[in-house]
Amino acid sequence: MKGDFETLEKRLGVSRRDFLKYCTGIAASLGLSTSDAIAMAEAVAKPKKRPVVIWLHGQECTGPTESLLRSEHPTLDRLILEMVSLEYHQTLDSGAGHKVEHMKELSMKENAGKYLLVVEGAIPTKDGGVYCKIAGTTMLDHTIEAAEHAAAIIAFGSCASWGGVQSASPNPTGAQGAQSVLPGKTVVNIPGCPPNPYNFLATVMHFLTFGTLPELDNQNRPKFAYGRLIHENCERRPHFDAGRFAKEFGDEGHKKGYCLYKLGCKGPETHANCPAVEFNDIGGGTWPIGVGHPCFGCAEEGVGFTKPLFSLADVKTHTPPNQFPTIEQREETSGMTAGAAAVGGAAIGAIVGAAAVASKKLGSSESSDSQE
Amino acid sequence: MSQAKPLGGTIFTPFFIAMMVVFAIGMYFLGVRFMNGIGAVANINGGYPWGIWVVYDVVIGTALACGGYALAITIYLFNKGQYHPLMRAALLASLLGYALGGVGAFIDMGRYWQFYHLMMPKHMNFNSVMLEVGLCVATYILVLIIEFAPAFLERIGAKGLLKALDKVLFLFIAIGILLPTMHQSSLGSFLVAMGYKISPLWQSLYMQPVLALLTALCMGFSIVIFEASMSKAAFDLDDETHLLSKIGKIIVGLLTAYLVVRFGEIIVHGKFGLIFTSGKNSVLFILETALFVIPLVILTSEKKRNNPSTLLWAAVSMLFAGSLYRFNAFLLTYNPGPGYSYFPSVGEIMVTLGIIAFEVMTYIVLVKTLPVLHKPKHA
Amino acid sequence: MMDRRSFLKTATLGTAAACVSTVAEARPNLEPSPEAVGMLYDSTLCVGCKACVSACKETNSMDPVIHGGNFQYDSAMDLSSDTLNVIKVYSNGTAEVKDSETDGFAFEKRSCMHCVDPGCVSVCPVTAMRKDPLTGIVTHHADACIGCRTCMGGCPYNVPQFEYDEAFGRIQKCQMCNQEGVERISKGGMTACAEVCPTGATLFGPRTQLLEEAKRRMTLKEGDTYNYPRGDISKPDSYHEKDLEANYHNHVWGEKEAGGTNVMHISAIPFDKLGMPPLEDRSYASMSETLQHTLYKGMALPAVALAGLTYMVKRNKDKDGEE
Repeated sequence: MKGDFETLEKRLGVSRRDFLKYCTGIAASLGLSTSDAIAMAEAVAKPKKRPVVIWLHGQECTGPTESLLRSEHPTLDRLILEMVSLEYHQTLDSGAGHKVEHMKELSMKENAGKYLLVVEGAIPTKDGGVYCKIAGTTMLDHTIEAAEHAAAIIAFGSCASWGGVQSASPNPTGAQGAQSVLPGKTVVNIPGCPPNPYNFLATVMHFLTFGTLPELDNQNRPKFAYGRLIHENCERRPHFDAGRFAKEFGDEGHKKGYCLYKLGCKGPETHANCPAVEFNDIGGGTWPIGVGHPCFGCAEEGVGFTKPLFSLADVKTHTPPNQFPTIEQREETSGMTAGAAAVGGAAIGAIVGAAAVASKKLGSSESSDSQE
Repeated sequence: MSQAKPLGGTIFTPFFIAMMVVFAIGMYFLGVRFMNGIGAVANINGGYPWGIWVVYDVVIGTALACGGYALAITIYLFNKGQYHPLMRAALLASLLGYALGGVGAFIDMGRYWQFYHLMMPKHMNFNSVMLEVGLCVATYILVLIIEFAPAFLERIGAKGLLKALDKVLFLFIAIGILLPTMHQSSLGSFLVAMGYKISPLWQSLYMQPVLALLTALCMGFSIVIFEASMSKAAFDLDDETHLLSKIGKIIVGLLTAYLVVRFGEIIVHGKFGLIFTSGKNSVLFILETALFVIPLVILTSEKKRNNPSTLLWAAVSMLFAGSLYRFNAFLLTYNPGPGYSYFPSVGEIMVTLGIIAFEVMTYIVLVKTLPVLHKPKHA
Repeated sequence: MMDRRSFLKTATLGTAAACVSTVAEARPNLEPSPEAVGMLYDSTLCVGCKACVSACKETNSMDPVIHGGNFQYDSAMDLSSDTLNVIKVYSNGTAEVKDSETDGFAFEKRSCMHCVDPGCVSVCPVTAMRKDPLTGIVTHHADACIGCRTCMGGCPYNVPQFEYDEAFGRIQKCQMCNQEGVERISKGGMTACAEVCPTGATLFGPRTQLLEEAKRRMTLKEGDTYNYPRGDISKPDSYHEKDLEANYHNHVWGEKEAGGTNVMHISAIPFDKLGMPPLEDRSYASMSETLQHTLYKGMALPAVALAGLTYMVKRNKDKDGEE
């Protein structure tokens, strides 16, 4: 084993110590134990055969790839390139044109049933999918063809997961996520705009190590990353519970780092691990809410690109605020209203009035009786 | 056989139409209650589970409908047959009062679609005052219908049926005396289980049924006077003051007994000081007592008792006294703990007024079409 | 024929007989079941985290209570048809010192006390409120309930709450997490509020053990260190040591009040300050039932009365007819 790591050190240009640290970190973000981290390290250090990766790009800004390139662990890009065999990727391929397309076809045929398909970007479906073509073929056809013999399919980013910004109303190109154009296939969704690269890496590592996909939720998102609401792990949560809010950008509450809920933060309805993993590996709360901007809900279908940026979120988990009702405070008790008092008074008055009229009449009839 | 005759005449007088308007408004709010829940109309809340729908429509409404009960005792227990001419009108008012009390209870019932559980032995809880009241009131409504049936049968001329009914009527009259005795006293027993929530000036524990029954009887006799006087004024009927003033004499006895028990309980339990030191409750207590004392003063004087005008005022004061006694105990001084409050909403009051309007309208229609009242001899 | 005098005489005798039997057959308070389960709420341990409030809502699938524009919160102020458990605060003056009556504050939990002699069970006409004879848990059965809300008036703590905002509402109350479909106690578990309480301020367990524990705490003095259990007192999850910051008010609420309760409270300040009602030892249920059973035992009194009435009415009516 020691020998394996030595060659690895040469191959990847990382120290054995740093490499194991990296694997432990990935395992931790997956919620796995140290022994699983070792297994992971072994899987990377001694690959049986580097699995082939086919990477498609649809309608998008290349954000997911850019995000992956900026993952700051030492020489991560190289690690990926050494770990897997990336045989087709429009941004990273040095070649271009028919030659690259031909290589893709060959690779897919040769590795049928074994390669990993990564879809990045949305897939337009309107008018036969003509709004996105690569090498004369629509993205729709590319995706269906590549998915046919893929061992696993990962939709990386919100666009590939559920359509992203392209699918925002009125969705002129009929953009959809990979999952909805591949009925019957399991597509692992790793939404986010951009998605967190470690959620992708951890999923791939899980697949490499155990040969299976990590546990998924009902929207096929890995539970380790999307199992909780941002609200549940947010560093500003105590301010929410205490009822301390920033009311506008730059106000006193905003400067003091209060909760951004009232500025439209979508943390209470967005599932993602942003507050735990953050971005760009520099620490210090580097993620949207951490730097003072409300969460946009980019990772949640029906929230990001759907709800207005500054509209109030639906709170999915109601908890009591950090304030207490006094002993005397009650729910809905009713006081006297002028109207009710008037109606009640009028009714009593009517009875007394009627009695008065009757009494007068009886009195007069009696006197007339006696006169008779 | 009674000499009562239908009064005849137009039904749709301006007064009647005004009553119809009140009824229609009440029905609107009642619709809202059934569509959107009790809370959409009534102001009852976590601390005040019972509002005017229970306290007025049921607790006070049935006490005001004790005329039939009070007269039945007078006629059939004390053998005062001369009161017969008043009986049918009193029975009709009792029937209407009780029937609408039943309707009020149903409206207020949160799960009214299961009301029949009251009558199913497997559900019955014999420790419950509510069970006894519910069953008694339901049975008494049936008894009242039977007791009032002769007026209807006479109208349609079903002589055979009338004769057959007359043979067994005594049994229903007896039941009709027993049932109100039971549930009118039990309406007071309700207060026992509410314990400290009832102000000490009104919480008399084991004396509750006695006080409730005595006031109900006073109210029953007073409503007979009130009704006869009002009918006389409205329909220009025979003078019955000689009968009514004797009823006034009965009230004096009952009222004296009530005040002795009421103040006796307060003094024996050392609560006399509270009459003057309870703030708002003191004011209510004194007002209530004054309303009880006014009829006592009026009716003790023979001259005033024989004057139909002062007699009516004595009855009105008595009715307000009995009603305020119940309002005080159940609502105005009811205190479930700090922070709770209740005052009926406009909609809630309108529903109750709508029910009363319906009662008045039905009374008018029935006395005009059925043999209930005694027409003036000179007419 | 019976004249008025003899009638009154009979009536007086009957009433006197009824009064005598009142004394003879008074129904005493019900006794706690030896196996009764309950909870002990220690106000001095409560930190006001409201984990119990959230856990209760979750376990009972209840909606949040929203006030005004604060729809991000469940801001329940008191028990209601959507809230079976709520933490309230007593505060006085500057409200700086915990568990101090003056210039201090103290937490108080409101939930069903699970009375030993429950008023709600006694007054319910259709047996929709039931007390388990073994565990002492008071449960509500909406399938029997007619919605008369007598239970709300009959509860000294205003616990049962009706869903006034529903067209087809029902009564809601804490059923100690043992209602049909939840049954945490029957399955050997404990209440959700006791389970999540981080300090053991809400402690679950057999009533006898909880009462012993409460009395043990009464003997402690300010500054003493005590090892407080969490969860279920008969098998605590864990313990935590804490120095007493205030003397306990020497009173276990629920040991005797109105016949006692299975959910008991202890605190450092008097209970009337915490909104507990002015109760004496005798339960209102026992008084109400004594009265009812005296008057209606075996329906004997009404039956005798009816016989007498029938006789008199028949005679007077016949006579009247002859007239």
